[in-house]
Amino acid sequence: MIALTTDLKRLGAVKAPAGFADRVLAQVGMADSYARFETVLGDVFVAWNRLGVSAAARFLSAEEFEDWFAKEVGRPLMPAPAPPDLAEKIQDELNGKKRMRFDLRGLTAFEQAVLRKTREIPRGEVRPYGWVAREIGRPAAVRAVGTALANNPIPYFIPCHRVVRTDGHIGNYGGGGPEAKKAILTLEGVRVKQLEELGRAGLRYQGMRTTKIFCFPTCYTGRHALEKNRVWLHDEASARAAGFRPCKVCRPAVVA
Amino acid sequence: MEGVDQLFERMVHEHKDRIFAASLAMTGNRHDAEEVAQDTFLRAYHALCTYTPERIRELKERAWLHRIAVNVVRNRVRGVHPRLVELNGSESDHAQGPEAKVMERMQIDELATRVAELPARYREAVVLRHVRELSYAEVAEALRQPVGTVKANVHRGLKLLRGDTDDRVDD
Repeated sequence: MIALTTDLKRLGAVKAPAGFADRVLAQVGMADSYARFETVLGDVFVAWNRLGVSAAARFLSAEEFEDWFAKEVGRPLMPAPAPPDLAEKIQDELNGKKRMRFDLRGLTAFEQAVLRKTREIPRGEVRPYGWVAREIGRPAAVRAVGTALANNPIPYFIPCHRVVRTDGHIGNYGGGGPEAKKAILTLEGVRVKQLEELGRAGLRYQGMRTTKIFCFPTCYTGRHALEKNRVWLHDEASARAAGFRPCKVCRPAVVA
Repeated sequence: MEGVDQLFERMVHEHKDRIFAASLAMTGNRHDAEEVAQDTFLRAYHALCTYTPERIRELKERAWLHRIAVNVVRNRVRGVHPRLVELNGSESDHAQGPEAKVMERMQIDELATRVAELPARYREAVVLRHVRELSYAEVAEALRQPVGTVKANVHRGLKLLRGDTDDRVDD
C-alpha cells in the first residue's frame, strides 16, 4: 500500500531531458538556433532567432562556434534544422541582395548605428572608417567605429569587410584577418591591389572631368568614366579648389 | 516584453522537471512527455504575453502550469494533436548509467505507463496529488474541480493502480 505512493513519488522526481529548457526557449524565440551553411565563402555557421539572424562565423567545428557564441552573445544556443528559406536568403545576401533581418539586441545604440550604416555600402564598393563615423553623426568617433566593426557579430552579412583604411592598408578584419578581408572584397569585384596603390600614393578620390563630380574610387557612378576623363585627387580641399563637387551617391564629403 | 521573457525563462528552469514528470505520468512515454511539456510551456508563454501585469502577479504558477499540461494532454487525446509516426523512439537523454539506473528507469517508465492508462479523471488527480505532490487545494485549483471530487478521484485512481477493481466506477 505504502509502496505505491512511494513509487509515484519517484516518478515525480523524474528530470526533464538534457537541453529541454533551451529547446523551449528556442521555440519561443528566446534562445537561438544554428546550422551550418555552404556558401561561396566556404562553410559558415549562422545563428538565428525569431527576430532574425543573430550571429555568423566561419569555424571548423560546431563546438568552436558554440563556444564563440557563448562568449560573444551569451544566449542559449541549439543546433536545429534551418528554416526553409534561410539558405536561399544567405545566398542572396552574399550576392548583394538584401533579404535578411538581423537581431542586434545586446549591442549599444552606437554599435547598431555603425552596423546599419555599414549595411548600406553596396557590394563591390568600400568606404573609409571616417565615412561611417561622419554618416552616423559622430565624425570624431573613427576609432570607435573600428572597434564596433571588429565586434560585428554577423560578419559577411553585415559587410564590415567593406570598411577599409585609406592609407593603402586594407585594415584588420574580425572575420579572418586582412587576407580574408582582401579575399572577400576581391570576390565581390573590388580591385584591392589598385585600391592599395592609390592609398599609398595618398589619392583618396576620383574626379570626373566631364561632370565635375568627385567620388570614392569604388563608387559605381564613376565606374564607366573614360580613363582620359578621370583625375585622381588627394583630398576634399584640392578637389573643391579644382571645381569638383562631392558625389551625392557615395558622399565622399558633406554635400553642400 | 522583456519582463515576460525574464519571467518565462525563470519559469522554464524552475518548473521543467515537474512539468516533464507530470507529462510522463500522464502520457506514459518519454517521447510524448517531451512534446506535452514543450507544448505546455509554449502555451504558457503565449498566454503570458496577453496577460496584464496584475494577472501575472496573481498567477499561481504551479497550479496554472499543471492545468495547462492537463489540457494539453486532454486535447491530444481528443485528436486535436496530429499523431506523428515515431521514427526513432527518441529519448533525448541517453544517460547510460550503471545497470541499476537502467533498471530503475525501466521501472519508472513502466509505472508511468500504468498511470497513463488510468481513465482521465483519475489519472489527472493521481498525477497531480501523488506524482507531483501538490496539495489538494492546488490540485482542485489546477483541475477546476471541488476538493471533494479530487479526493474521491485520487482515492479511486490509487485503488485502480493497486489492481483493486471491486469498487470500480464505470468509465
